[in-house]
Amino acid sequence: MQLIECPWCGPREEVEFHYGGQAHVPYPDAPAEVSDEEWAHYVFFRDNTKGRFAERWCHSAGCRRWFNAVRDTTTYRFERVQRLDDPEPHATEPARARRSTAS
Amino acid sequence: MAELLGTHPLEAWSTALERLPDTVGITVEPFVAMAVVRLGAVGAAASEALGADLPTMPNTWAQHGTGRAVWLGPDEWLLSSTTETPEELEGRIRAAVLPLGGSATDVSAQRIGLRLTGARLRDVLAKGCSIDLHPRVFGRGSSAQTLLGQAGVVLLALSGAGDDFVVLVRSSFAGYLADWLLDAALEFTPTHDS
Repeated sequence: MQLIECPWCGPREEVEFHYGGQAHVPYPDAPAEVSDEEWAHYVFFRDNTKGRFAERWCHSAGCRRWFNAVRDTTTYRFERVQRLDDPEPHATEPARARRSTAS
Repeated sequence: MAELLGTHPLEAWSTALERLPDTVGITVEPFVAMAVVRLGAVGAAASEALGADLPTMPNTWAQHGTGRAVWLGPDEWLLSSTTETPEELEGRIRAAVLPLGGSATDVSAQRIGLRLTGARLRDVLAKGCSIDLHPRVFGRGSSAQTLLGQAGVVLLALSGAGDDFVVLVRSSFAGYLADWLLDAALEFTPTHDS
């Protein structure tokens, strides 16, 4: 079984973790002015990257803390994990989750 | 009115646990008061208010008065006490951490403790736990929140020789885990007189 490195607890078995989807989805700057369609894009639309992908994971059977990780979706290899309070900017570009079909 | 029976969740397992040999000894820990502390700012003020340091290293536990303080997260600890009632422990901890912006919650009924002792105990645990429990890695003062036989547990190492552990398991999982441990220990249990 694959070991995932929790930024707090260290390497643990994959079954102790829960997947939290794409990381760094930007919250709308002016939520009151966002259209229904743009909200739908913010809430539901995610990238389907082949390759390196920034994700959120939760060590749910351990310290129950969320963290960010960069994982390769083709090899399942974790390149790095990062605490949420880590000031270091992320290695990959934040994906554009708030896309509009109009633009 | 019906009277509540104060039976331990593992009452029915006591005979089976007593029959285990010393190399894989499993005993039920006496009931202790436990409280979860949430506290963002750990420092001298917190240590002074609580009367002891909270462990800030992940995966460790420390003696805390008569009980233990177990690291559960960067802002979360499990404190236990063998001398106080749950109400006394919760009240004392709450009074100490509330001025610092923290909180204390009584969780005495949440987990029960199993004391695991013996030379072959690590072999038993290895059947359902992926963590390296060798004393070189998991020595006295180490702790881990992990899965043991797919049940969520808090593991504490009490000895530097790797032959003395405490497993804190949720009360509703205690029977399952006791069954699992008995099954895992079967290999090291003499089944007939020879």
